[in-house]
Amino acid sequence: MSAAAELALEGLTKRYEGAVAVDAVSLTVPRGSYVVLLGPSGSGKTTVLNMLGGFTLPTAGCIRVGGADITTAPPAKRPTATVFQDYALFPHLTVAGNVGFGLSVRGMGRGEIARHVAAALALVGLAGYGPRGIAQASGGQRQRIALARALVTEPAILLLDEPLGALDLSLRRQMQDELRRIQRTEGRTFVHVTHDQEEAMAIADLIVIMNAGRIEDMGPPARLYERPRTRFAARFLGESSLLEGTVAAAGAGRIAVDTPCGRLEVEGERAPGSSVTLALRPEAVRVGAGRPGELALGELAVEEVVFQGGFVRVTGTVAGGGRLLAKVDPQSLPAGVARVPATVRAGGLVLLED
Amino acid sequence: MMAALARHGTAALVMGPLFAFIYLPVAVLVLFSLHAGSVPVPPFEGPSLHWYRAVLDNDRVTGAAWNSLLVGVLSSALATLLATLAAWGLARHRVPGARALEALLYLPLAVSYLVIGVGLLVAFSTAGIGKSLWAVGIGHVVLNLPLAFAVVYGQCDPGQARLEQAARDLGASEAQVFTRVTVPLLRPAILSAFLLSLTFSWDEFIVAFLLSGFDPTLPVVIWGMLRTGLNPATNAAGTLVFLVSLAAGMAFELFLVGRRAR
Amino acid sequence: MRAGLVAGGAARVFVEALGARRDARRGLALAAPALLWTAAFFLLPSGAIVLWSLFRREGAELVTDPSLDNYRRFLDNDSFRLAMWNSIEVTLLVTVLSVLLAYPLAWAIANRVAPARQRLWLMLAVLPFWTSYVVRSYAWLLVLAPEGVVNRALMALGLAREPLALSFNQGATVTGFVHFFVMLCTLTIYASLVRIDPRLRLAAADLGASGAQTFLRVTLPLSAPGVAAGAFLTFVICIGDYVTPQILGGNTQLLLPQVILLQISRRADIPMAAALSVVVLLLVTAAYLALARWLTTRRA
Repeated sequence: MSAAAELALEGLTKRYEGAVAVDAVSLTVPRGSYVVLLGPSGSGKTTVLNMLGGFTLPTAGCIRVGGADITTAPPAKRPTATVFQDYALFPHLTVAGNVGFGLSVRGMGRGEIARHVAAALALVGLAGYGPRGIAQASGGQRQRIALARALVTEPAILLLDEPLGALDLSLRRQMQDELRRIQRTEGRTFVHVTHDQEEAMAIADLIVIMNAGRIEDMGPPARLYERPRTRFAARFLGESSLLEGTVAAAGAGRIAVDTPCGRLEVEGERAPGSSVTLALRPEAVRVGAGRPGELALGELAVEEVVFQGGFVRVTGTVAGGGRLLAKVDPQSLPAGVARVPATVRAGGLVLLED
Repeated sequence: MMAALARHGTAALVMGPLFAFIYLPVAVLVLFSLHAGSVPVPPFEGPSLHWYRAVLDNDRVTGAAWNSLLVGVLSSALATLLATLAAWGLARHRVPGARALEALLYLPLAVSYLVIGVGLLVAFSTAGIGKSLWAVGIGHVVLNLPLAFAVVYGQCDPGQARLEQAARDLGASEAQVFTRVTVPLLRPAILSAFLLSLTFSWDEFIVAFLLSGFDPTLPVVIWGMLRTGLNPATNAAGTLVFLVSLAAGMAFELFLVGRRAR
Repeated sequence: MRAGLVAGGAARVFVEALGARRDARRGLALAAPALLWTAAFFLLPSGAIVLWSLFRREGAELVTDPSLDNYRRFLDNDSFRLAMWNSIEVTLLVTVLSVLLAYPLAWAIANRVAPARQRLWLMLAVLPFWTSYVVRSYAWLLVLAPEGVVNRALMALGLAREPLALSFNQGATVTGFVHFFVMLCTLTIYASLVRIDPRLRLAAADLGASGAQTFLRVTLPLSAPGVAAGAFLTFVICIGDYVTPQILGGNTQLLLPQVILLQISRRADIPMAAALSVVVLLLVTAAYLALARWLTTRRA
């Protein structure tokens, strides 16, 4: 398995005078995939990126690219290139000067540099912008220039540090698609750091959720969303209702859990009597008359209804005391309704590990 | 309206007399450099360029001007180079005791030129090194190094460190980072430091007086001219020196302002 | 596996420390030329001054047995002591006057001139700064001499019957000094005034402070570093300056630098000149300690 892996982190750790920024992170990233490190600020995601780029030396652990250990190699000697958060474009050089910088310091000839630069600028949609100055470039253009500058050095791994953070929302969504397209065209491994979970879900092959220096959960976006592994993952990636409960019965890969919403059956294996937490995504919750195959959650006392376009966001408490969040069809909840039965789609109930 | 008038009124009231005080001697100096008579006192006779011609025909003055320029350019270039390297070294690297090293570099600023000059005189005579333009140049590097360091160090901002990091990430060696990113980014500061040093060296008297020996710089020669008392030739020489310093000073301002405006 | 990780960790800590040390060495290597220059041509000569101040001259001979004779002579000799007190008096007077005149000028430029034009006005205010140091004192002589501009004007207007003694005295020295240091202090005070966040003054006014209270309790304390920097530079340059008193001050009330130069050029008594230089250094150190609270070399 690890032979096919392009990038491998093994027990990567960074300690700063007592504080642990990154705590034994191990991760294998298949060649050519788009990985997003997702987490709140202080989760260690940027430190991991800095260690990949060679800007910070790890305290322990190892980084391998295609099997070669690059843990202590200086930035200039790594098969990585970085798109910095603030882009870090050279203000004294033109657009072409910036994009060609990496090739120029490697001693490539002018003609060849010009060809590569033109191709890279075309790839990011800035053909013909080469002679311009950096000062005239807009935020979105700067982002593209930084991307072209990193890509033109043909790194095995492209590192992106909150690359869309400085852009406004519509431009950010547009650049997400653009990044995805470029990553597919180039077939390189991208490691992208962000705290924006929508961005992560839109863009990633593999999301790694980080918290307090550790990996909380990782996997394809759909799997992470549908079946979060931990409380943190369930809350950080989208929204969830959490139900605390006690295992009443277990058998054949299923358990029955006593929760404030009554006894609910869910896939998983736990000893009877142990405390567990169940997560429900708001889309899995419905209100109104139940349908076949759905689990009843009891009657919901509606507390707040917020209209959000295609759906309404409902919060409330069920009879047994559990708080629920649901995103439902506006038609299914007539205005002024105070009490309504709630159900959850089968498979919408997830047993968390912690 | 009244308020605006009052504002401008107080400003004029404060600035008017001070500006008069500041400009009075310069105005008199320049005016009487154009004096036709042989003593630069009222009433003014002229204008005439007679005394400029006299000064420019005086080999001692022009020779000293070349000496000053030579010492100024070489010592300023060296001071700027040393200052730039030191600023980069201390701003970009985590050197233990950096604060103390900075303080050492700034220290000559806190010591009178006269004391530095006497120190060099004593040290050179102890070491058997004679008075020469070289000795003056060495002294001027000592005087200008702290200023040049302050100018360049002040411009080594963290944003620049990011750009250097980006250059390393793109494969640049340390030497390439310095020549292709650091120096171009610091160019306005480096030029400012050089020009500032140049004007100070061009103008410096006491160290040159103590160390120059038989090859005097321009301020030393003008000092000699002062012994003859009030003399329009001194006015003309002083005005020429002023114009050269002013040109360098203006260039310094423009580089620094140009840098800030960006 | 676990042991391997731990051992690897220890090795990595070592590599990390090595990286830090390499970084420190590189930084030090870059700063080394400047540091060595300062050490060789500033620290060493300063040490030489102290050393030579312990020697003494007897007749044409240099006695190198260390002794405090020169300092004893300094304390016993009225003309040396008088020169020191003259120097202190002139320097303090110049420092105070320069700050008092420069402050309103800097304040007016920072607060009564449109921001876009402040730089220009500041440049205009310090333009004569670029006149040659030697020539600037001479220019004051043109103004203050018995037959100079001021006396001629006063006599032409009938305000004086004979020339006033405006030059070749301590007043002329102070005038020449203040002219130069007003410009210097204007620069440092202006720099600290424009750094004050204008919202602080609005906040003070909003809290009920009058204009004068705002100035005394907000603006003035926040501009203290600029005042201190200007005052210190003025003190250092002024107390060590030979040119201005020599041209403008006449030869009745000598200042320390004039006495030092006399030792060197007339008496060839380098040890005494060195001892007097040490006295200047001590005075500068005292000024530094008095102002140290407000002086920082930190980068802006």
